[in-house]
Amino acid sequence: MPENTMVESTRENIVTRLFKALRLPLNDPFAVFGLAVYAVFLLTAVFADQIAPYDPTEILYTPDYDLAADLRPGEQGHVLGTTSLGRDVFSQIVHGTRSALLIGVTAAFMVALIGSIVGLVSGYFGGWVDAVLMRLADIAFGIPFLPFVIVLAAFLEPSIWNVVLAMALVLWRDTGRVIRSQVLTLRSRGYVDAARVSGSSDFKIILRHIAPNILPLSFLYGSIAIGWAILTEASISFLGFGDPSSISWGYMLQDAFASQALAKQSYYWFVPPGLCIILVVSAGFFITRGYENILFPKLGR
Amino acid sequence: MSHLKAAASRTLQLAFVLWAVVTMLFLMFRLMPGNPLAAYIDPTFTEEQQQALMAQFGLNEPLWKQYLIYLGNLLQGELGQSFRYREPVAERIMTLLPNTLILTFSSLIIAYAFGIIAGAWLAWRRGALVEKTAIPLVLTTRAMPEFWLGMVLLAIFSFWLGWFPAGGTRPAGANYDSLFALYTSSDFLTYLALPALTLAIYSQGLPLLLMRSNMLDVMKEDFVTMARIKGLSNWTVVVRHAARNALLPVMTSFAIAVGYQLQGNVVVETVFSWPGLGRELVNAVSNSDYPLAQGAFLMIAVVVILMNLIADLLYALLDPRVSHA
Repeated sequence: MPENTMVESTRENIVTRLFKALRLPLNDPFAVFGLAVYAVFLLTAVFADQIAPYDPTEILYTPDYDLAADLRPGEQGHVLGTTSLGRDVFSQIVHGTRSALLIGVTAAFMVALIGSIVGLVSGYFGGWVDAVLMRLADIAFGIPFLPFVIVLAAFLEPSIWNVVLAMALVLWRDTGRVIRSQVLTLRSRGYVDAARVSGSSDFKIILRHIAPNILPLSFLYGSIAIGWAILTEASISFLGFGDPSSISWGYMLQDAFASQALAKQSYYWFVPPGLCIILVVSAGFFITRGYENILFPKLGR
Repeated sequence: MSHLKAAASRTLQLAFVLWAVVTMLFLMFRLMPGNPLAAYIDPTFTEEQQQALMAQFGLNEPLWKQYLIYLGNLLQGELGQSFRYREPVAERIMTLLPNTLILTFSSLIIAYAFGIIAGAWLAWRRGALVEKTAIPLVLTTRAMPEFWLGMVLLAIFSFWLGWFPAGGTRPAGANYDSLFALYTSSDFLTYLALPALTLAIYSQGLPLLLMRSNMLDVMKEDFVTMARIKGLSNWTVVVRHAARNALLPVMTSFAIAVGYQLQGNVVVETVFSWPGLGRELVNAVSNSDYPLAQGAFLMIAVVVILMNLIADLLYALLDPRVSHA
């Protein structure tokens, strides 16, 4: 038993240490607002089945057995009305949080992970490894991102994972470069030299002495990437290269656009998904800004 | 001299990037599932056309030879035949490029004019309520999906108020003697207004935030303090002394913004049925018109890389400290 509790306590230690290392910006009201928005969307995504009154893809009928198409908000108890196919807009919005958060978080994780590894390896080892990785970053900067995702869609099955794949292939470049320059300054610090002299392996030095210091930066770029991923997924779905079987906000906008919602003035259909995207993405921006104020207090504006 | 050397090495570096992107494109379109000929030959082409393309792109040669032929063809501007339009891809792209560039530059000029003035003003009003509410608002415009903004503007100004046409570049059936006549006609402006406004609203955030932070830096400089001590009016200090110096880095960001804008164009052109490169790329991919998709992507990439180069060279020219970095 004592062994067990020790494991437990060190594990908890790691969790709290990690939490501290993330240095959440809790003193900035906008950042707190952003975190609150994230929390609400996270809860909505988890409990989507309980919150949404209908299945988002279910075609609904009125009590007189007519297609419940193009109902205005409030009609027949539909909070935000229905689509031209008779689907409940509110339920689609609620279920859209799932794909938005899923894609946002996985893409951000990939971008932060790949960018951090490239930055760490490149900055720490230098030499030809650095040269090769930075030339790769140059190439990634030369690839127009959205067109690249579209071209990928020409070869791959339509799926939201194309966006994650494309982000992992291209968008690590910014994170990688910034973290590399940070590692370059960390590498020459005294405690790193001390660790090296006392015989620590490169792997151990990177993991124990350098990586913890760049964690906030990774998180910063990760939170920028969440917004990018959601916006990109929306664009891709809007252009018709998304996954037709999963309901996302971008898909809703494409559906509305293709069904003449603009001419029909069905604002209740195409305004809410856009507002949701803006809310989540700007929440990410506000968190990012709070971070920047902590990480680079000199900018303090 | 070192200036020239740095510029030359930067140019070489970006030539390498261009080559890498071209090679990536070659591999992507060759290694795609299905018939390797599918990248150039549509089954509905006539036998002669198919033979001609086979010969032109060396499609029955080994892969490495095909690659060399591909590079050679590219250098001559030869991009193959569009499946859908039955015309050379290069020609198609060249007719679309002006539309895309006009949209891009008109929206960016509006965005920069607004962003620079508003950014300078916000820096001057630092700490005021306007500034505190304006900055989050600007960040919110950066969080907007551009196509959604376009949809909202279309619904309001076109479908509801009827002030602007819903898409395209000219009234149905209208004919112009030349492209110049089209681009200078007043009709064209009404078609350009909404898509340009959409892109401008999205793009003004970058120059605005940049201008503001540069102004804040410059206002702390000695020569600005000096100008104040001399008793010059606020206006003279802000406009003549501070803004001028804060402006240079903002102007160099214009080149980068062109590159970003081309990506935003893809969706906005689709919303407004604007016949540009981005919309063509989308259509080509949806219709499996591989040569056209390849060509459109390549053209966008070339502009992006070129603009990166221009931005780098401008930075080096304006700030001697970065030229050796």
